Amino acid sequence: MARSSSSSSSTAKDAQALIQSLRSAYAATPTNLKVVYMAIVGSFPFNSFLSGVLSCVGTAVIAVCLRIQVNKENKEFKDLAPERAFADFVLCNLVLHLVIMNFLG
Amino acid sequence: MGGKPGLSSAMAPVSLKTDYFNLSFRNFKLKTKQQELLIRVTALGLIYVLAFITRLFSVLRYESMIHEFDPYFNYRTTLYLTEKGFYEFWNWFDSESWYPLGRIIGGTLYPGLMVTAALIYWTLRFLSFAVHIREVCVLTAPFFASNTTLVTYLFGKEIWDSGAGLVAAALIAICPGYISRSVAGSYDNEGVAIFALLLTFYLFVKAVNTGSLAWSLGSAFAYFYMVSAWGGYIFIINLIPLYVLVLLVTGRYSMRLYIAYNCMYILGMLLAMQIRFVGFQHVQSGEHMAAMGVFFLMQVFYFLDWVKHLLGDAKKFQSFLKITVTCAVSVGALALGVGMASGYISPWTGRFYSLLDPTYAKDHIPIIASVSEHQPTAWSSFMFDFHILLFLFPAGLYFCFKRLSDATIFILLYGLTSMYFAGVMVRLILVATPAVCLISAIAVSATIKNLTSLIRTKSKIPHTGSAKGTSSAKASAKAYQDQSLPFQRNGAIALLVGAFYLLARYAIHCTWVTSEAYSSPSIVLAARGAYGGRVIFDDYREAYFWLRQNTPPDAKIMSWWDYGYQITAMGNRTVIVDNNTWNNTHIATVGRAMSSYEPEAYEIMQSLDVDYVLVVFGGVTGYSSDDINKFLWMVRIGGGVFPIIKEPDYLVNGEYRVDKGAAPKMLNCLMYKLSYYRFGELTTEYGKPLGWDRARGVEIGNKDVKLEYLEEAFTTSNWIVRIYKVKPPSNRW
Repeated sequence: MARSSSSSSSTAKDAQALIQSLRSAYAATPTNLKVVYMAIVGSFPFNSFLSGVLSCVGTAVIAVCLRIQVNKENKEFKDLAPERAFADFVLCNLVLHLVIMNFLG
Repeated sequence: MGGKPGLSSAMAPVSLKTDYFNLSFRNFKLKTKQQELLIRVTALGLIYVLAFITRLFSVLRYESMIHEFDPYFNYRTTLYLTEKGFYEFWNWFDSESWYPLGRIIGGTLYPGLMVTAALIYWTLRFLSFAVHIREVCVLTAPFFASNTTLVTYLFGKEIWDSGAGLVAAALIAICPGYISRSVAGSYDNEGVAIFALLLTFYLFVKAVNTGSLAWSLGSAFAYFYMVSAWGGYIFIINLIPLYVLVLLVTGRYSMRLYIAYNCMYILGMLLAMQIRFVGFQHVQSGEHMAAMGVFFLMQVFYFLDWVKHLLGDAKKFQSFLKITVTCAVSVGALALGVGMASGYISPWTGRFYSLLDPTYAKDHIPIIASVSEHQPTAWSSFMFDFHILLFLFPAGLYFCFKRLSDATIFILLYGLTSMYFAGVMVRLILVATPAVCLISAIAVSATIKNLTSLIRTKSKIPHTGSAKGTSSAKASAKAYQDQSLPFQRNGAIALLVGAFYLLARYAIHCTWVTSEAYSSPSIVLAARGAYGGRVIFDDYREAYFWLRQNTPPDAKIMSWWDYGYQITAMGNRTVIVDNNTWNNTHIATVGRAMSSYEPEAYEIMQSLDVDYVLVVFGGVTGYSSDDINKFLWMVRIGGGVFPIIKEPDYLVNGEYRVDKGAAPKMLNCLMYKLSYYRFGELTTEYGKPLGWDRARGVEIGNKDVKLEYLEEAFTTSNWIVRIYKVKPPSNRW
């Protein structure tokens, strides 16, 4: 999270990267909360618990992947257009949430 | 006046014709790139068709029917799916097998194959081709084999180059190791699963190479398809983390790897848990823990990379690194230990543990040890299934090591691990086949490329030599090259001819193997008659249709578990045990009944409500896979649960005999009686005494078999299947 913000301030990128960094920070915290909540309530039904946890983990991970791809400092992703990266991100999130909804039961 | 127009008109068509020829000629003179594309597309098309038609031997020789045992269950469930719809299928409880327990079919099968066949069936119906579901089932495996060749081509192109891809596709189209489980009629999970396996691997390697989220999403979907198709997905979920670990250890960590693995793991795991049979195993079973461990390790690596980027100071980073790594490893080990100790994470199941420790099954789980496909592989099987690929494999390994990249490391790992497992269990040669084909294709492609470039350079150099200057050094160099070149060229041509000869022999061998060994339906037997004509034994189907037409609809049939699927699918009757083998005690009960004396067996049969007993007997035809030859396994499995059955009771000096010198318990047990009832009156071979058992080559010991509680209901025309009716208890007064 700090890396993205430092690069955005240093290279004066557009606001998109900033929003994404905030969003990934947002996506990471619910995981801990949810785990604590579930530990209190108990893990029945297990599939709902799993789908909740994995939804948070999944969103966080995919957001991180997006940030990696959009970040201009990464040499390996120079020729990957940001629009394509964002489209991939949207697609993956869509699939993730569809599966989560099916799994919730 | 008349002639001139005639002449000019005669001239005009000719000139038009020559113009037309010139035009077409110019069109046909394509550029090299288009020529190459044309050759590639034609070759791939031919390979696609070849992979399909080489699997059709049994359809041409016998008829279009389902082979073996397991495919009958798949066929029955597919039939149910197409008739009743997906919701009924997914929630199906079957009361026609495992009487009186029943089986939750919806939750204990891998639906990928059935859903695929049903989709193809519905598509064809929608396009108004009126096909029967059986035809679709029979031809599903060859169709997917053709698709596998396409995926192999793409995979080879990803790893090495398009030439290697083409060779790999050609090799895998006819490789016997794959054909054995994907002939037309072999409607089994592996036919579809190998396609899914290769697709998952290809998409994952592509994701690691490009680092894009879309490809990892694709590989997650392919992994989902694989999980829905076959239990062998455990191989994928352990190979990919192993590959990631190897990359991490060799210092090839990169952002692309991080993206590819994370996306694939999370999405793949979520999708896989939608299959009820797999359930929550991805977070609870010991076999899946490697993937989770590597996932956390990747997060640690990412974290360390980020800290390194922030700190920028080597020394501080080193100390930070040490602390973090020790912390992470200790936390991980602690979690794993707590999980396993408390029993939350289940240990490796017997099926897969026996892969790591091959002697485990023989001592502890006789049912797994009794399946012939689970035996260790002999060298002859390797040669039979792979032919020249066996020595091209090490050559390909050498080429892969020379050009190490993320993709070649993957194929190296896949090849080595799958070869190890293929050595442990015969059935797993199937999993090793794609890896062996790919690696051998690399060897073939690289070698042929070198050889042809040697032939080509010779024709180039004299031109360049003459074009360049005439300095003495150049001249002497040219002379030296001219001298060694004839040998090089001849040697290269000789080697090329040798390579083509080897590949031609490979093709001949593969076709011969497919025709002779892997195209038999196992339910219809064929033999050569006395005058060389072909004799067909269709006894199995005769018996099952007799059952279907001559027994009450709620009759229960007891037989050994091998035939359960076929009886329910073709005979449409309830069975006691079948090939699913999920309940060992139930099977042991049947085994105990078969190996006891008739009165005790009658008690067991009464407790199970058995109406008919079915045995398979090969004494008249010489068929060697009958129940008497399998009898010792019945004893072992029964004895594993009921200690009253002891294996030494049935042996004489450790030897298994059915003739006069056999053990008395053997001569009077139920299986013996049912197999040899009335056999003592039969002459099976000219010049041999009555009651000569052709499968064992001996004269049987107890020729005068009397049955007290059963009566013979039906024996097929060649005595292969014998059905007995259980008499109701006699009146008390």
